[in-house]
Amino acid sequence: MGLLDKLDKPFEYAGPDIVLGTIEDLLNWGRAKSDWYMSFGLACCAIEFMAVNAAHFDLMRFGAIPRPSPRQSDFIIISGTVTLKMAERVKRLYEQMAEPKYVMSMGSCANSGGPYWEHGYHVLKGVDRVIPVDVYVPGCPPRPEAFLEGMVRLQEKISKQEIFRKRQKFSKEDLQAIEDRKKAMDEHFAKYLELQNKLKG
Amino acid sequence: MTEKRDIEIDFGQVHTERMRLNVGPQHPSTHGVLRLEVELEGEIVTDVVPHIGYLHRCFEKYCENSTYVQVVPYIDRLDYIASMSNEIPYALGIEKLMGIQVSERIQAIRTVLAELNRIASHQIAVATFGMDAGAFTPFLYLFRDRELILDVFERLSGGRLLYNYIRPGGLMRDIYPTFVSDVLAIVKQVRETNKEVQNLLIDNKIFIERTINIGILPADVAINFGCSGPTLRGSGVDYDLRRAEPYLLYDKFDFEVCVGKGLMGTLGDSYDRNIVRMWEMEESCKIIEQAVKLIPDASEDVRASIPKKIAPKGEIYTKAENPKGELGFYIVADGKNKPYRLKGRSPSFSNLSVLPYISKGYMIADLIIILGSIDIVLGEIDR
Amino acid sequence: MTIENIFERLKKEFGDAILSETVEQNFEPFIRISPQNVVDIMLFLRDEEDLKFDYLACLSGMDYKETLGVVYHLYSIQHKHRVTIKIEVPKEDPKVPSISKVWRTADWHEREAYDMFGLIFVGHENLIRILTPYDWEGHPLRKDYKQPEEYHGLKVPY
Repeated sequence: MGLLDKLDKPFEYAGPDIVLGTIEDLLNWGRAKSDWYMSFGLACCAIEFMAVNAAHFDLMRFGAIPRPSPRQSDFIIISGTVTLKMAERVKRLYEQMAEPKYVMSMGSCANSGGPYWEHGYHVLKGVDRVIPVDVYVPGCPPRPEAFLEGMVRLQEKISKQEIFRKRQKFSKEDLQAIEDRKKAMDEHFAKYLELQNKLKG
Repeated sequence: MTEKRDIEIDFGQVHTERMRLNVGPQHPSTHGVLRLEVELEGEIVTDVVPHIGYLHRCFEKYCENSTYVQVVPYIDRLDYIASMSNEIPYALGIEKLMGIQVSERIQAIRTVLAELNRIASHQIAVATFGMDAGAFTPFLYLFRDRELILDVFERLSGGRLLYNYIRPGGLMRDIYPTFVSDVLAIVKQVRETNKEVQNLLIDNKIFIERTINIGILPADVAINFGCSGPTLRGSGVDYDLRRAEPYLLYDKFDFEVCVGKGLMGTLGDSYDRNIVRMWEMEESCKIIEQAVKLIPDASEDVRASIPKKIAPKGEIYTKAENPKGELGFYIVADGKNKPYRLKGRSPSFSNLSVLPYISKGYMIADLIIILGSIDIVLGEIDR
Repeated sequence: MTIENIFERLKKEFGDAILSETVEQNFEPFIRISPQNVVDIMLFLRDEEDLKFDYLACLSGMDYKETLGVVYHLYSIQHKHRVTIKIEVPKEDPKVPSISKVWRTADWHEREAYDMFGLIFVGHENLIRILTPYDWEGHPLRKDYKQPEEYHGLKVPY
């Protein structure tokens, strides 16, 4: 799907060095492979997160660098239990980040309250009650390999996003008309190929 | 070279004001969610007020609503860096209340695990202390060694960070066949890495200049504030629970209690607290080598002494020497299968209350060094 | 020194304030005292030469169903002995004298006991909440506490 997958199939009518793609592919490739995160470690998952950053499971090879300030980062990793006292600060930090921004919720406590769901009077049952979440990584704490899979899923999500056609809103009839036209063109091309084969003999 | 400065400065005709700033709760160097309200005169700190409670997870309410065995995973999450050491005082307390005797082999395995956890916790403490002072490489070296210890724990119990392994009355399951040789290989690697870190970080002139004479804690003040662990021993007080009230076979081993001596600066500064941790890693290696000789090869049923129904009656205050200090549990049991009250006395709670007293007159960068040398974990402060 | 010797020393010095001493199987031995003379008794325990309890290990609030209580665990680094002291106060008027001038570690421990149980320590300089937010209502560790439904617009139950 991405730009680099087409390197094996260059545009054959012009030579081996040209690859056709859209500008959106190029921009998404740049955005997904170098997203910088804000370091926000709350509890036990933060220790596992520090281990992912260290030399054994290296996170920097995915292009992710820790930034201390929310205004310089692309996404935020909520690792650990969010309490009611901390929830307002999390919302404030999320609002300080610049668009486009993403959120990864790491660990059971940030997903849904974790082991403290029943009698915890001071625990927020899931960080998606204050900010919108893109990727959930389960585990208590999640293994570093699970965390890296979450990172890969986030990169896939970013590389499928649309940048240019977001503002154009098609109505239902327009979309149906586009589909009908595409089908009509495919049938016409199939008839043309048939005719060519008949003429060749 | 930093030194303690006089707070009351005469500015003459110029009108000045002191400024109040927040350090945290989100800050790369506050070791968790801690908010320090700092009053500044320029760059000099005149007052610090710590605000805690951003990680209050209702541990004591959970202990009143769960059975004695269901409490063990919540105890793991108190000091999440060294989880096995948290479970030990709880298991010993319940065994004393119910009058259970455990075999010497199990006690030897528990000692080895406690000392391995001590090494792992001090590795993180020295690594993050170096990062606070600006050195990034020891962090990578020490975390690489910590992965070897976590591999052993993962083969034993299934988890890398939170284990639920030491139960009242025994262990979760027996050790695997190559446990002893793995542990001895770890000891060898830890000694080599410690030599490298000593060269890189501890004998480094810049590190020494940044940490001596900072945050001097006198011995009588430390005792009055209830400090324990390397924070107390760095000020010259010779109090270690493994020597004073031995538990778990510690009276059979030959090791020294590491006490700060004021080698480079004044007695009780941040350099002393850090060097006590480096020396304790070496002492733990000595204890492990002596303890593995007491683990015979034959395997046994480690769950044989675990009682079918735990419903004791009585009260007890059990304590143990965690890597960060003295962890105590005050257990009140009334004959039912759930505790009536379980209060956790955590070492970092008392260690952190010393911070406003020892950081007046230094600069902001020194405040971060003092906080790193006390070595707190927010999970056990807020419980 | 054993608990009986400590009890006799205290009884000689303070008389009626020392209520009773309990040594039972499975209970660690404790001394029960009356709430009024706490500060004097603690100063005596800390400063006498052969007692020298200079380390306050733990200060816990307790909720016995009709009354509230405080439990102190003391340790002496020089003489290596321990003692446990208990107090009980009624629930309607839970006032206890504060010992934060005797051992400075009691400062934060008493704030936590106030936060969790509602015990009021008379003479403490800064008795505000420490673990829950500053505008929290209720005292969570009492046996009759109910979870709040919401806090600042956030839903609290699961």
